[in-house]
Amino acid sequence: MEKFTKLTGIAAPLPMMNVDTDMIIPKQFLKTIARTGLGKNLFDEMRYDDNGNEISDFVLNKPAYRNAQILVSGDNFGCGSSREHAPWALLDFGIRVVIAPSFADIFYNNCFKNGILPIVLPQEQVDMLMDDAARGSNATVTVDLEEQTISGPDGGTISFDVDPFRKHCLLNGLDDIGLTLEKAAAIDAFEAKAAAERPWV
Amino acid sequence: MTAPKTLYDKIWDAHLAHEAEDGTSLLYIDRHLVHEVTSPQAFEGLRMAGRTVRAPHKTIAVPDHNVPTTEDRVNGITNPESRIQVEALDTNAKDFGIHYYPVSDIRQGIVHIVGPEQGWTLPGMTVVCGDSHTATHGAFGALAHGIGTSEVEHVLATQTLIQKKSKNMKVEITGKLAPGVTAKDITLSVIGHTGTAGGTGYVIEYCGEAIRDLSMEGRMTVCNMAIEGGARAGLIAPDEKTFAYVKGRPHAPKGEDWDKAMAWWATLQSDEDAHWDKVVTLRGEDIAPVVTWGTSPEDVLPITATVPDPAQFTGGKVDAARRSLDYMGLKPGTPLSEIEIDTVFIGSCTNGRIEDLRAAAAVLKGHKIKPGLRGMVVPGSGLVRAQAEEEGLADIFRDAGFEWRLAGCSMCLAMNPDQLSPGERCAATSNRNFEGRQGRGGRTHLMSPAMAAAAAITGRLTDVRDLTRENEPA
Repeated sequence: MEKFTKLTGIAAPLPMMNVDTDMIIPKQFLKTIARTGLGKNLFDEMRYDDNGNEISDFVLNKPAYRNAQILVSGDNFGCGSSREHAPWALLDFGIRVVIAPSFADIFYNNCFKNGILPIVLPQEQVDMLMDDAARGSNATVTVDLEEQTISGPDGGTISFDVDPFRKHCLLNGLDDIGLTLEKAAAIDAFEAKAAAERPWV
Repeated sequence: MTAPKTLYDKIWDAHLAHEAEDGTSLLYIDRHLVHEVTSPQAFEGLRMAGRTVRAPHKTIAVPDHNVPTTEDRVNGITNPESRIQVEALDTNAKDFGIHYYPVSDIRQGIVHIVGPEQGWTLPGMTVVCGDSHTATHGAFGALAHGIGTSEVEHVLATQTLIQKKSKNMKVEITGKLAPGVTAKDITLSVIGHTGTAGGTGYVIEYCGEAIRDLSMEGRMTVCNMAIEGGARAGLIAPDEKTFAYVKGRPHAPKGEDWDKAMAWWATLQSDEDAHWDKVVTLRGEDIAPVVTWGTSPEDVLPITATVPDPAQFTGGKVDAARRSLDYMGLKPGTPLSEIEIDTVFIGSCTNGRIEDLRAAAAVLKGHKIKPGLRGMVVPGSGLVRAQAEEEGLADIFRDAGFEWRLAGCSMCLAMNPDQLSPGERCAATSNRNFEGRQGRGGRTHLMSPAMAAAAAITGRLTDVRDLTRENEPA
């Protein structure tokens, strides 16, 4: 997994609540057996018309946002299916940070496994960043994970919370499985004990 | 004396393999269910790292999302990408030595229907699957939830999951349900009440008389949609109905193991004075047959209501409702029962079990679906299909004009040939009414199997009670 430390980039506004995983990456693109290549179909049904032409007023099709690395959106972002194709598509497009007032549980987890930082902020702060984002390429935003801060184009700084373990993994690009396998002895011990107590499992 | 615990607390504690000081935990996984869409990258990851599946005997795979549901599937899957994904699962199951039900096996079906049917899902277990509707298995008093593909790989390699404990939420449905009201109406009404993010950060335990009165099939329908309310999992304490359902299934414990299991299962209820972080109570008598009108599962109203005006909402929901109505092609104030439909889909992990087919067939018996309407019944597994044929339900559906399909996820998510066309309006027993979910531009109204059957007869969203009243003796 690629590390996430500090990023300065363009933030794209997507002022909608309940952005679901079917919107982020529709089902016909889940047939891949790879993790890469999904960026071109990110938000496919909002981004392209029935003939596959770009819909010019969709935010990521606007010239100012074609290289956006930060997405600012509404409540319950990523609701719906467990498809990790959603963060894969965001990452493949180039998005490394998603900021919203709340996230769906599985999507939130999936982001951390892929070097994407999801940030939960109160609605008023999201609204401020949404306004900043609306200014397009004139408004770059800096997200510093070590310091847990977001700096807007006008010099204001917002702090955010992140789970310390997840922060550590993201800062260092750590592989979860490798970390867990270091605890193999604890898993072995648990398994032996559980097998004695619940032999039917 | 130990502190009182919820059922979730008890299952969590019984599966804690390691806990760090900050509460980051390794939760041991008893059953890992696998399907073809969210697993290929995980198996590939194992190969790249030279890792194996730690507990292949606790890992069960079945293809469901991509498989066609027409008889000609015996000749192979035509769509090349779908075929590759299913073939990848064939190969991975063989290479890693996990339990497998291929497309050709009569036991094949939707993973969340196959697991309970085969007795893989048991009370007190931890169950995960790379699919958000894994919550279904919570009906057995198991802690069951969806995971992403990275986590699928993690579970394959370590049989554990890195977790932080969720909070406890109690959803109590008191009293009795009125005639015509089903488990689907309960679960949709709860989401309508709490919103799609109302359960975020929680594990829900459903309880109360109306839940106790439900069959295991009904309980699975309720838990299935816990995720649509944002919860990590939904569960129901096991009781005599649970044990009766489980007993004798192929992978259920037998003999001495059964007795030992029963002794533990009998302890699997929330203690009376357990702490709840959030409590929601609905009166069973207040729940009506409901349908969804918008593009979020929280957009729920009784069938007797009218399409709402976006202006009546607050905050971001005003724009969301406006967008929904635009997508759905609906005008505020239209009675829901006047909305005409093109298609009826009965099936999915929410409502593809035998009881669901019985409920739909009971409404349809002696009726025809409205001319011009497309009706599709997709049993949740090959065994459900066989049983429905034996009970004569298949004949009722065929006689009414429904297509009688083979098992799979089908039009619930349209990764297979079963899809809606742009603008096509569907009465569906599935779980998501998101934009494009059943096909680009498709318009989905969620409801119970009985309500879907009623809609098939009249060609519009219909209060099933109006039809069943006609059938009652004078």
